[in-house]
Amino acid sequence: MIQPLLKVQNLRIELTTRDGIAPVIDDLSFDLGAGESISFVGESGCGKSMTALGIMGLLPEKIGRIASGSINFNGEELTTVSQKRLRAIRGNDISMIFQEPMTSLNPVYTVGEQIAEVLRAHQGLSKAAAWNSAIELLDAVRIPNAKRRVSDYPFQMSGGQRQRVMIAMALACKPKILIADEPTTALDVTVQAQIFDLLNDLKRQTGTAIILITHDMGAVAEMAERMIVMYAGRGAEQGPVDQIIDHPRHPYTKGLISCVPHIVADLTNERNDLTEVAGIVPPLREFGQDRCLFASRCSMVSQQCLDKRPPEMKFEAGQSSACWHAEAV
Amino acid sequence: MSMPPVIQTEEIATARHPMAEAWEMFRGNHAAMVALVVLTLIMIIAAIGPYVYPTDPFDMVWAPFSPPGVDGFILGTDYLGRDLMAAIIHGARVSIVIGLAAAFMSVFIGVTVGALAGFYRGWVEELLMRVTEFFQVLPTLLFSMVIVALFGASLPMITFAIGIVSWTAVARITRSEFLRIRELEYVTASRASGATNAKLMFQIILPNALPPIIVQAALMVGSAILFEAGLSFLGLTDPNVVSWGQVIGSNRQYILDASYTVTVPGIAIFVTVLAISLVGDGLNDALNPKLRQR
Repeated sequence: MIQPLLKVQNLRIELTTRDGIAPVIDDLSFDLGAGESISFVGESGCGKSMTALGIMGLLPEKIGRIASGSINFNGEELTTVSQKRLRAIRGNDISMIFQEPMTSLNPVYTVGEQIAEVLRAHQGLSKAAAWNSAIELLDAVRIPNAKRRVSDYPFQMSGGQRQRVMIAMALACKPKILIADEPTTALDVTVQAQIFDLLNDLKRQTGTAIILITHDMGAVAEMAERMIVMYAGRGAEQGPVDQIIDHPRHPYTKGLISCVPHIVADLTNERNDLTEVAGIVPPLREFGQDRCLFASRCSMVSQQCLDKRPPEMKFEAGQSSACWHAEAV
Repeated sequence: MSMPPVIQTEEIATARHPMAEAWEMFRGNHAAMVALVVLTLIMIIAAIGPYVYPTDPFDMVWAPFSPPGVDGFILGTDYLGRDLMAAIIHGARVSIVIGLAAAFMSVFIGVTVGALAGFYRGWVEELLMRVTEFFQVLPTLLFSMVIVALFGASLPMITFAIGIVSWTAVARITRSEFLRIRELEYVTASRASGATNAKLMFQIILPNALPPIIVQAALMVGSAILFEAGLSFLGLTDPNVVSWGQVIGSNRQYILDASYTVTVPGIAIFVTVLAISLVGDGLNDALNPKLRQR
């Protein structure tokens, strides 16, 4: 088998909180191949963003740290690599776009300057060459009249346009991996669709692998080939998107899917009431306990779930589920 | 009904540049605008006055204590018969240069200390802020008097003495702005695109922290001029260079007999510092986003 582009193994990220040390990511493993797109799904506070920040080496200083496990990017171990090397990788090989396009651009520089800056820092382009590339990139992310808009300040752009600028910046150096942390959460639905189309097109053109972090099952179905469902810092279920939506093997995934109206509507003709996954994600201090953390919200809970953390059960086509009752779901 | 048209770029691009908006706000502030005009005049006087009015302020040109307007001396003469008009015009340069240089020095120290403390946090912050507090609790006038008295009353030393006691406010403002801005998403985004710490500090965060620092710096020019006047009044000044404070200081014995000899330079200081304060105030209103919502 070919070596995956990014191989995360038994990753454990700890946060120091007032109640002590909590594993926000607990024994997470996954692979990402070149040009593949993978999606992290889960509620707020499940560790999706922490995974992204962990890969980028941007965990909150002095609070978060990678306690054990490995993040291997293209043969390089990112958990032990020097800060200098990590800075060279960030923005060049792995780049990231953020949730809030309104605040993730620097208000005092024009968008052109910000895009050009990335190119000059990583690719050593001259000022003029970087500026021209910035115009091309704005054009590529379909900002009309790029030549003029390149000298606009962020406040002169709408939310959707700013997110496009972020994408242009992230893709400026043709990275191997693009991490998109809830890229459309702050945008309205029509703009969301445009952004996803854009990301899909750019992925086809550049061969960039995409890690999409979202809580929107619809976005996953549209964007990703494989998905990882996260719950309370652990991988609940992994596998091909179609297969998981078709037949989830974890009660949490099942709950998430039944929360999305249009996916259900495709499967059945009758109008079911929209369901919800009752309850909330356990507090951080309960993370890492040797039991199924979803048990308190699960309809299939048994004594076994409360006594021991469920192991990964493997299914066909790489689907796996961390549930004692995976077979029965 | 037809769909509303897609918003074209031209329509969105009508949002205005923050600096244009700040200028608009500043222009609406009449006091600040008048002060700006006065300040500009004072600057012009400081720059070209000595060439237009070349009388040496140290020359004894007439009888002592000639009141203003008498014998052709608009502002009169002092106890040695020196022309006060010449002293005001030539002294403007020193007062303003010291004011600007001392303010520049304290901004430089304050921004550096505040930026390092606010960016790196941890022990760096602890150390730098304790040092800042040390300087804050020193009695400022006394401390600068000691420096000038020990190292000599030359212009650079007076500037240094004023700068070294007044940077603490800038350091604290800079630190607080850094603490706020470093957590903003665009800083994380820059970090994620591989920016070094130096770049994050001075290229990404500092430009966004500037507005309150600019306001503070403007006000500091005024307080530095006052400070210099205070030191001169106490005699801690370069006796070979005329400044407004020095004129007050050298004439202070005659305050009852010839009050105009101290009033005239006093008014010069008063007008200049007031103008600077009003401009600073106007800048504060214009650059402070909280006051901008009308």
